[in-house]
Amino acid sequence: MYPADRRYTKDHEWISVSGTRGRIGITDYAQKQLGDVVFVESPDAGRQVTQGQSAGTIESVKAVSEIYSPATGTVVEANPVLTTKPETVNSDPHGSGWLFEIELSNPGEIDGLMTSDQYADLVK
Amino acid sequence: MNQSSTEQLKKTPLNARHRAHGARMVPFGGWDMPVEYSGIVNEHLAVRTKAGLFDVSHMGQIEVAGKDALAAVQTISTNDAAKLSVGQAQLSGLTTPEGTLLDDLLVYRLAGDHYMLVVNAGNIEKDYKWIAAKTRDMGDVAVVNSSSRYALLAVQGPAALGIVQQLTSVELTAIPYYWFAHGEVGSVRSIISRTGYTGEDGVEIFIPPASAERLWNAILDAGAEAGIVPVGLGARDTLRLEAGMRLSGQDFDETTTMLEAGLGWVVGWNKGDFIGKAALDRQKIEGVTRKLVGFEMTAPGIARHGYKAYAGGGEGIVTSGTQTPFLKKAIGLAYLPIAATALGTEFEIDIRGRRTPARVVSSQFFKRPRS
Repeated sequence: MYPADRRYTKDHEWISVSGTRGRIGITDYAQKQLGDVVFVESPDAGRQVTQGQSAGTIESVKAVSEIYSPATGTVVEANPVLTTKPETVNSDPHGSGWLFEIELSNPGEIDGLMTSDQYADLVK
Repeated sequence: MNQSSTEQLKKTPLNARHRAHGARMVPFGGWDMPVEYSGIVNEHLAVRTKAGLFDVSHMGQIEVAGKDALAAVQTISTNDAAKLSVGQAQLSGLTTPEGTLLDDLLVYRLAGDHYMLVVNAGNIEKDYKWIAAKTRDMGDVAVVNSSSRYALLAVQGPAALGIVQQLTSVELTAIPYYWFAHGEVGSVRSIISRTGYTGEDGVEIFIPPASAERLWNAILDAGAEAGIVPVGLGARDTLRLEAGMRLSGQDFDETTTMLEAGLGWVVGWNKGDFIGKAALDRQKIEGVTRKLVGFEMTAPGIARHGYKAYAGGGEGIVTSGTQTPFLKKAIGLAYLPIAATALGTEFEIDIRGRRTPARVVSSQFFKRPRS
């Protein structure tokens, strides 16, 4: 259910790391709680984001939720697909529905996040 | 929003059925209600293109009966109930002496001197106490809170009448909009009302609570081929907003008048005295300083309830806002200074610190095609 190739936060984000690049999204559990996603406001390229701090918002039909960055770094790219197809967050939260990528400024932070097993325990 | 635990929440007769459908349940107006079953977007689109079934048994019923029932209804509500024939219903307002809104309601004329007022779930006790107190010395009139005697199902959408018609011998297309008939639906004694809160054609069916589950299942079976789905409060809210219908307690309340809320059309200006008439007459002459209008966002962003608006050199406030699943636009309702309420006026809404442009449009965002 929750891929083992990445780490998770208690706020229901995931981050998968390749070199010093981290790709960030929300979990399947989070998208189910949100319901139909209709708007994603990801941080612009170049913006600094801080671990645990708000980096943007996701709006479902019924509510607004903050996106908390799982790690500190500089935003490289927001997922362009979500501008026109925000519902991709619902249909493929762990894949093509990713939110944004950052250049990690402190890769060591990732070790403090939950593994897929730990996260699965949290939401079971 | 009522935050009390589910043990203290009231339940409709269909509570177990909703849970069996896998609905997500939320507290609403003191009730444990389904917010969504298959997803708000899916449910919303089903009602716009096929049909949806709603449990709205949380709505309240207050009956007013006796020789002086009409005088009582005329005193406590704004619209002209003398215009109602037996079998007809009208939208009305329950107003304070200041002309502000305790609630909105539908007034049904059940018989010559017998009216049923359908009020919002969270206001049942408040409305009942108010109406009983205001009519106590009015002669031959009895006011009864009969909410527990009715379950209420709504079937809405282009296929709604065809589905319900399979279950009844009452000719549904012969019931005009905002009229009702007595009859059996699925062998259940019903009041069948050609009304709704979605902007679609359809009916609302008042039935005994003990028969609610039987009729719920019968309607889902009858509508299976047409694609009927159960619909929760989430899509009920997006549907009513898309149709420009106001929500009591959110788009208007005891701080806003009938005229400010854009409900002057349900005031019987010539019917004689009623609670709030003097204040409303005065405001009609002097003019309102703010008014509820429809808007759409003209840049990315979704305005929500409580967001501030900046318009015409003054401030306003958003009362409802969402991204509508059918029109696929960010729309809403807002109180704006009167100078900024003309159609097409550009203004700004503060969306979490960012001033985002919006434009005043007709609040009837969606109008169903009529054949």
